[in-house]
Amino acid sequence: MDKARRTFLKIAGASVVAGMAAPAVVKLTATPALASGHAAPAAHAPAADAHGGGHAEEAPTGVRLGMVIDTRKLSAKDGLLDEAIAACVAAHNIPQFPEKKGEIKWIWKAPFENVFTDHSVHHGSKKVTGEDFPVLCNHCDDPPCCKACPTQATFKVEASGIVAMDFHRCIGCRFCMAACPYGARSFNWQDPRPYVKSFNPEFPTRMKGVVEKCNFCGERLALGQEPACVEACKGTGAIVFGDLNDPKSEIRAVLDKEFTIQRKPTLGTKPSVFYIV
Amino acid sequence: MYNKGTIIPGLIIFIALVTFPVWFNGMTTAGDLPKPDLPPNGEKQCVMPVDYMRANHMQLLNEWRDNVLRDGNREILEIGGKKYPKGLQMACMECHSNKEKFCDSCHTYAAVDPYCWDCHLTPADVKSKEATH
Repeated sequence: MDKARRTFLKIAGASVVAGMAAPAVVKLTATPALASGHAAPAAHAPAADAHGGGHAEEAPTGVRLGMVIDTRKLSAKDGLLDEAIAACVAAHNIPQFPEKKGEIKWIWKAPFENVFTDHSVHHGSKKVTGEDFPVLCNHCDDPPCCKACPTQATFKVEASGIVAMDFHRCIGCRFCMAACPYGARSFNWQDPRPYVKSFNPEFPTRMKGVVEKCNFCGERLALGQEPACVEACKGTGAIVFGDLNDPKSEIRAVLDKEFTIQRKPTLGTKPSVFYIV
Repeated sequence: MYNKGTIIPGLIIFIALVTFPVWFNGMTTAGDLPKPDLPPNGEKQCVMPVDYMRANHMQLLNEWRDNVLRDGNREILEIGGKKYPKGLQMACMECHSNKEKFCDSCHTYAAVDPYCWDCHLTPADVKSKEATH
């Protein structure tokens, strides 16, 4: 064997071994266990706690508006739900199309099996099988619609927890409608104006090509009023509205006392609308 | 000059065509500066001086929009003792109630077509479908 070739093969072999070993060595020496630096152990402690804490939720911060719908009280009075829906329709210039296709929904009625898909209706009570339940945007704590929106036309208002819409920015791509697991969003397939029964001068209509949904009456809250549906049920206690993060609020008192359910809790969106069935 | 008979009429036609915008605007009302109607309710004061509003009302409206919708700042402005909730329908059109004679007069002149009224309602729109209850 040629001497030069022999040297070349030796060097090449050594280089390959060194090249493979080097990253491992660097990785080993860079870990805090082996590093000679003074990596503060305190910095790692909270992270370890969080993992050890299992399913504990983060401590709530700020205002998070929510709603408890007491369907017992709601169905106790005939037509109360219809009144609440009518109040919303009037307040937000919601069009009423003659056909169901393409309808615009902010708060609407649906049967139990469609509302609570996680619950079985097998041998369900008369209430569960026979009655309609009110549904609206859940104003999720972790809203999937906002993640889907490419223009940030829908976003979470940090000050109130409301999932809001900025119709000016909506480009009508309908990603949010695909993302929302509750079907709480509607698309304007046509100009809604001719189908609005009466105009509320304080609120705009929408135009063809934008998505809309319940806004928890952000414009009314700013004036110190309750949401339209809550106001329509005033005195009955059928819908309780308030700050879920305030332990002294009326809504928390109801939540502490009653057994409530949420829509599709398994999805992890953390809905802010609770139901008493 | 050769071909006097065709060149001179040709020149006259050419000049007439080139100066068309000038004399057309002079002869018709198309070129007159727009005179937007002052508020029918006699209001003399706005949220900002006239000069500012004339030049920058669109920026102000965008600012209000972002304040209200995105920043949650729906603070009601109080200027000269009058309250203005931030909003095209709630503040501007309370005084400038005639869109055709106010907004449109300049927008048409400037050939701009803002989409405000695709959604926002003019007082005339509201009147066309007044709440019956």
